[in-house]
Amino acid sequence: MGDQTAAISTDQVAHVARLARIELTSAEIDHYTGHLGRVLDHARELEDLDLAEVPPLAHPYPLQNVFRDDVAGAPSDRDEVLNQAPAASDGQFEVPPVLGGEA
Amino acid sequence: MSTAKAIAQDVRTGTRRAAAVLEEYLGRIELHDSDIHAFNTVTAEQARAAAASIDAAVSQGRDPGPLAGVPIAFKDNMCTRGVPTTCSSRMLETWSPPYDATVVQAMTAAGAVMVGKTNLDEFAMGSSTEHSAFGPTRNPYDLTRVPGGSSGGSAAAVAAGFVPLALGSDTGGSIRQPAALCGIVGIKPTYGRVSRYGLVAFASSFDQIGPFAADVADAALALEVISGHDPGDSTSIPTAVPDYDAALGKGVEGLRVGVISELTGGGRNGSRNGGGNGNLLEGIDADIAERVLEAADALAEAGAVVGSVSVPAVTYGLTAYYLIAPAEASSNLARYDGTRYGLRIDGADVEEMNRLTRRAGFGDEVKARIMLGTFALSAGYYDAYYGKAQRVRMLTRRDFDAAYADYDVLLSPTSPCVAFRFGERSDPMTMYRCDTCTIPSNLSGDPAMSVPFGTGTDDLPVGVQILAPALGEETMLTVAAALERAAPPLPAPQMAAGGASGGA
Repeated sequence: MGDQTAAISTDQVAHVARLARIELTSAEIDHYTGHLGRVLDHARELEDLDLAEVPPLAHPYPLQNVFRDDVAGAPSDRDEVLNQAPAASDGQFEVPPVLGGEA
Repeated sequence: MSTAKAIAQDVRTGTRRAAAVLEEYLGRIELHDSDIHAFNTVTAEQARAAAASIDAAVSQGRDPGPLAGVPIAFKDNMCTRGVPTTCSSRMLETWSPPYDATVVQAMTAAGAVMVGKTNLDEFAMGSSTEHSAFGPTRNPYDLTRVPGGSSGGSAAAVAAGFVPLALGSDTGGSIRQPAALCGIVGIKPTYGRVSRYGLVAFASSFDQIGPFAADVADAALALEVISGHDPGDSTSIPTAVPDYDAALGKGVEGLRVGVISELTGGGRNGSRNGGGNGNLLEGIDADIAERVLEAADALAEAGAVVGSVSVPAVTYGLTAYYLIAPAEASSNLARYDGTRYGLRIDGADVEEMNRLTRRAGFGDEVKARIMLGTFALSAGYYDAYYGKAQRVRMLTRRDFDAAYADYDVLLSPTSPCVAFRFGERSDPMTMYRCDTCTIPSNLSGDPAMSVPFGTGTDDLPVGVQILAPALGEETMLTVAAALERAAPPLPAPQMAAGGASGGA
């Protein structure tokens, strides 16, 4: 990435919006290209750092092999959960066709 | 206004009734929350029932617990069974969780009485509450200014006297920065000290719940109630919870206090050695740095050994955080797809339903962060952005470890500026810089807290941040109590002039 190149293009934002499943208009794609570009431009300061010998840190506190006791808990009430669903039938979540066309 | 400690003591001994305490606070909310907008939901009827059962317990000779009858507010990203938990997002506007968060259970078990859910930046993404889908919260000190964020509603609620205690969540400073801007105390505990079970996830390796209170003793009391291991959160730390109250009376004699030079511009008059030498990081106001140096002087006067210390990686914290946190958010927020709860906008197929739902349900900042995170994790960019940011995170951990070899606690500003006006920081990087001083502790997972110490521009409150190594809450609280004793008195919030101090 050279200094003159934009950190992210409108095509890349459109691609990322598809990956993230967010519908955007072309005006919105322009808007987010500017927003993301400003943050990613700032991120270029990391290019100055020599991090070759520094391992990545994913988790701040060293806990390992976390197991809980193998005892049955109280499950949530199915009706209480499904009452919060946008659509439910026969004790299940209801969604539009997954593969398109009629279900 | 009473402290939480005094209320609990009075209620436990039968001197005051929880019901009467509650009405006093509900009256203030009724009178003033239309100006402040600290609350998304006020649960008055539920609170009256809870207070009545506390009073019944006392009259039957039972002890309702260490927070008996203390009104409390929860940030609206903590699950409350049967009570809306919106995250200040259109996505969850009508959602009521089927269970209580562990902290909500702990507070209820200790006798606290929930009075409502507080406003926040949508999904806790922001530093001003301006990103709430339901309108911003206003700062009780100046209604034309922000309360900070993202837990701005909780901070404003305590500052306005609507509740003596509130809980917030802190991912990059979302407890400490609003505490500073509202002139109150806010604690981000060690990552894992408090269970995150039932906290709606934003960035799971940073998120931590903590208390807001008007003074250090109340904050310590609340912290003790919510701390401890929870099998429901696999990142919760399985060690015993200390007696935090006992830490408050210990003096600071002999404690080694390091002032972070990058965040304060180094020492003054050559009296403190170490790096910095006037290289104040961009965007930190000089008068705020000056208050931190005054706080350090006050600690030195109380017997602490004060020095200046360089923590070089803090200057890269902002950048690392704004790659890692959006990356984690892009994964966590994938669950809002219109299927199981929250908003659904119908589409011809599932994928169209997902896209239309997420378009309508998320606000501008949330969409930006989801896409930024998706990009930072995407093929071809992962190493350059996310991978590099994780290495900076390790660098931060190492630099703090080096600093704590020489010092027991560190000092810095909490916020680089006092409360700012609505709309003043609309550029994303300008807004993100609000978190410059708070982010390093989220990267390292260490505890940190904000304590009011004097005022800055326009006589607005300034917070000093105290940082400690992992599980160093006791030492941090000892220093906080000492700073509180030495701090100049704060002016009363502007809205108090309207009659809040008169009570109901």
